[in-house]
Amino acid sequence: MTDPAEAAVAAAFHNEWGRVVATLIRMTGDWDLAEECTQEAFTRALERWPNDGVPDRPGAWLTTAARNHALNRIRRGRTEHAKLREWDTMNGPQDPPDPSGITDDRLRLIFTCCHPALPIEARVALTLRTLLGLTTAEIARAFLVAEPAMAQRLVRAKRKIRDAGIPYRIPPAHLLPQRTASVLGVVYLLFNEGYAATEGPDPLRVDLCAEAIRLTRVLHGLMPDDPEITGLLALLLLQHSRRTTRQNPAGELIPLEDQDRTRWDHTSITEGIAHLNNALNQGTPGPYQIQAAIAACHATARTPADTDWPQIAALYDRLADLTPSPIVHLNRAVAVAMANGPEAGLALLQNLEADLPDYHLLPATRADLLRRLGHHKAAATAYREALTLARTTPDRRYLTHRLNELTHVPERPDPRT
Amino acid sequence: MKYMMLICGDENAELTADELAVLEEDTIDWVEKMDARSVRKLGSRLRPTDTATTIRVRDGETLMSDGPFTETKEQILGFDLIECADLEEALEIASKHPTAQRGSIEVRPLWEE
Repeated sequence: MTDPAEAAVAAAFHNEWGRVVATLIRMTGDWDLAEECTQEAFTRALERWPNDGVPDRPGAWLTTAARNHALNRIRRGRTEHAKLREWDTMNGPQDPPDPSGITDDRLRLIFTCCHPALPIEARVALTLRTLLGLTTAEIARAFLVAEPAMAQRLVRAKRKIRDAGIPYRIPPAHLLPQRTASVLGVVYLLFNEGYAATEGPDPLRVDLCAEAIRLTRVLHGLMPDDPEITGLLALLLLQHSRRTTRQNPAGELIPLEDQDRTRWDHTSITEGIAHLNNALNQGTPGPYQIQAAIAACHATARTPADTDWPQIAALYDRLADLTPSPIVHLNRAVAVAMANGPEAGLALLQNLEADLPDYHLLPATRADLLRRLGHHKAAATAYREALTLARTTPDRRYLTHRLNELTHVPERPDPRT
Repeated sequence: MKYMMLICGDENAELTADELAVLEEDTIDWVEKMDARSVRKLGSRLRPTDTATTIRVRDGETLMSDGPFTETKEQILGFDLIECADLEEALEIASKHPTAQRGSIEVRPLWEE
């Protein structure tokens, strides 16, 4: 039923949108014009390709079409000062080659979209819009924001880029590690947003996890030698491999130990582990590589009992050294509890009370450990405390479920008494 | 592009004589370096806010009040007008200003067409 030419346009949209926009922004210096002309190029393709055939290099065809459209627009708008300046730029000498040797315009686009002078929500939205070609409506829906508010967010971000003079280029070498971290932070936020967004089935809602992986693949293709990018790709693939087993049909979260491991996506796991090994072979571990290594420990354990908890605890130790945060310490406490027993974990949790006052997973973890020790009353109290802090429906359901289980089980006598 | 750097901080912060001397020396050093780079066009330290007078004209009437236009925890201590390639360079220049280490610096582009 689908016309092959239409399918080719759809494929080109997926693969080439970001490249065409990125090139047009460099040529015109005008983000709105670049987006509009790219859109126009795709409309042209839909008209022409069914008759003329699909070009050998769809990307080049689209870039030329978008460029011609931009030139026409600029010629027509001659009287406007701003447009004239763009005309000059377009006909002026080409930019000198980038000192980093990277020539793909998409990298300039990514680093500009993720510039730390922009608010984080704007970085995410702008990256989805310009690089991946999501519509404003799709982005608004993905983040549960009204469409006009999302449109406003994009307008403000583009205005700041233009008026405050955020440069359209790859950062110089001394800024590159810091700025790459900023880009990866955007990708990670995107993935987590998709991972946590479980409220209600919304077939029109784009899969942010899949988009985050797509973006990381683009980054990995552009900077294949950066071990943290490779590590992040590994991490996301490993996490994503569990996407169909994390919830039961009622929308309740299923903890790792109860998931059906045969339904994990083993292709994704195999690819993730291959990327992880490539990254680790470079000998400069970073936070994403370590998190991927932890995810790999889980992904390769055939049964929950096979999980190498001492190794996971050791990896959390490394992670805590690199990125000290109370959440990392909480996860480490869980791993220690699994490796050395619940008492050892509970002792570590005590030190975190002051750092995580409103975080439901702290009392929830305490409750789980108390339950394992058979202290059901204390566990129930902790589950109730967690319920007062949990905000998403799946979290609340999970905690309620655990709490109900406890009230039907007799208290195990404390062996010490 | 031209940017205004608003140098902000707590004007009531109590600095020791030594700290003050170091701050002054570092500021002079920054000014000299940025003048030599030809990026700093104009700039000065400002007298404290108790020397400020705020004026408003409403319905043809001039209203005058003593002090800054609004009471805030940080005050504008000074300003520098710089001209450089882009925001990246402006932020690099601002981050080298010694007051960035204890106060904050707002970097704003001038409204130019």
